Amino acid sequence: MVTRKGDNVALKNNTNGLAQAREKSTVKAAAVFLFPALFLIAVYMIYPIIDTFTTSAYSWNGISSDKIFIGMKNWKTLFTDMTFWSSFGHNVVVMVFSILLQIPIGMLLATFLDAGGRKFNLFKVIWFLPYLMSSVAIAFLFSYALATNGGIFSSIASMIKGGKVTVDLLGRNPHALFSVIGVMAWQFTPFYMVYFIAGYGNIDTSIYEAAVIDGATRGQYLRTIAIPLLGPIFKTACTMSLIGSLKYFDMIWNMTGGGPAGGTELMATYMYKLSFQQFNMGYGSCVAAGMFLLITFIALVFQKIFVVKEDY
Amino acid sequence: MNGQKEVDYKKEKMKSRIAWGIAILFACIWLVITLVPFFFMIMNSFRKQFDMLAQGVFHFPDPWYFENYVEVATNGFFGYFFRSVIVVAVSLILMLIIAACAAYPLSRMKFKMRGLIYAGIVAMMSIPMHVTLIPIFKMTTKMGLYDSLRSLIGPYVTFALPMSVFILTAFMMTIPKEVEESAEIDGCNKYRNFFSIILPLSKSGLSTLAIYNGVSMWNEFAFANTLLQTPAHKTLPLALGQFKGEHAMDIPIILSVLVLSVLPMIILFIVFQDKLVKGMMAGAVKG
Repeated sequence: MVTRKGDNVALKNNTNGLAQAREKSTVKAAAVFLFPALFLIAVYMIYPIIDTFTTSAYSWNGISSDKIFIGMKNWKTLFTDMTFWSSFGHNVVVMVFSILLQIPIGMLLATFLDAGGRKFNLFKVIWFLPYLMSSVAIAFLFSYALATNGGIFSSIASMIKGGKVTVDLLGRNPHALFSVIGVMAWQFTPFYMVYFIAGYGNIDTSIYEAAVIDGATRGQYLRTIAIPLLGPIFKTACTMSLIGSLKYFDMIWNMTGGGPAGGTELMATYMYKLSFQQFNMGYGSCVAAGMFLLITFIALVFQKIFVVKEDY
Repeated sequence: MNGQKEVDYKKEKMKSRIAWGIAILFACIWLVITLVPFFFMIMNSFRKQFDMLAQGVFHFPDPWYFENYVEVATNGFFGYFFRSVIVVAVSLILMLIIAACAAYPLSRMKFKMRGLIYAGIVAMMSIPMHVTLIPIFKMTTKMGLYDSLRSLIGPYVTFALPMSVFILTAFMMTIPKEVEESAEIDGCNKYRNFFSIILPLSKSGLSTLAIYNGVSMWNEFAFANTLLQTPAHKTLPLALGQFKGEHAMDIPIILSVLVLSVLPMIILFIVFQDKLVKGMMAGAVKG
């Protein structure tokens, strides 16, 4: 009896030990697999974010060793820095117009393609082309295409009116900001178009079949069934456009450089100028940190209001 | 009764015709808006410097002038091109391996911190790169990597990781558990399992991610502009600024650089149309 009991205990201990060993080996394997990713994220994302916030408390030119601790002084400057807040204002204008232009036009194009079917494939291919260009390439192209001398609009205006007419789109305010918004619409509308095409594609074909059996035309189906079903996709598109416009950089930097007279300055271009042209890295870090806080805040508020549902 | 129905039908048909007419009109307008800048770019890249204003930008070049392309090709364009190819290839391969490694335990193992780690990685998706720019610049200088192609690999891999881990985790969850279990019975351990079963089965997810991230690395500007300095080390997105610096007023030459840098993407698009679009849509979950 006694020995049997002992055996049982031993057996029990043994299985427990096995389960424990198994768990241990799982944890070990998981740690091994996760290590490279977590290490890189810690080095290139977490540490830099902390470091940006720390550096924002210093006055520092980025090169010399005299890094002077000045506490919250940079942050106080930031709160009253009109350049920063007007840049933020430009970001907000860009954000609003991006959402108002890119998403509706993208949706219209997608609806057109969805209603027309494969016979409009050529439209789809051509409409997608702008998205294949990098922001830098687009910036260079449009800095010439919108120029007063030999630009597209100036040339068209000259042809219509006869004689030489100059249309100054990038050289004065507020025209420059709206020209930039136009170029961004040219660049990103194809992205939202493809996004909505995918959205239409995800709607079960049986829904369309049922609608047709009930006597709905293609137009009625789109109006009353398909477009309402795109709701969640629409919200995700808005969130993407929102975050994208708040951290916009490449194109503005290469096309207007924030000019004329700061008329197209965005938070990111302002931060870049401060840090890498004026070598005011302490305050540049402060602007970067402020930008990070503003973007996070706006994105969270937007998510709270519209409760973007994860549909993936 | 029947006549009324026919009138209704005809009315409906007429209305639909008009609607299509308007739709096609707007479609054509957007087509023109899309194409005019491309037309402008290509036409003017075949002109001599001063012909652009003299001939008018919408005229066909007279004569077609190919010297711009020769000049660009012989002045280091392919250097920029191949440096971009190398950086993108190395970063992409590393990124895909690391992302797959991370997604494997997150999707197929049970351990305590799993939910927390996953949520943490996903939260990293919306970090704006500008907030990390100054510290990464400092780190790169300290490590002695400043102004070398290697400096770009770390940031490129890391900033592509969160979204890739997110997508691959979702992808690997769809692989049935039995596949792995039967391999385990046959004596495979976790590591063998990953390399000989899960990784090959994730191929389609990996290729989608390769396309999306390849395109964004190919076009990346801010890190490259901050971390590289000498023209002989610069990547393709910086080539434009470099050529502009050297040929300030020669617009046609810059336009030919533009054409050459866009061309590979357009060729890829024509060859792999659907795959490329699908890959680029992977970025849609980034919001």
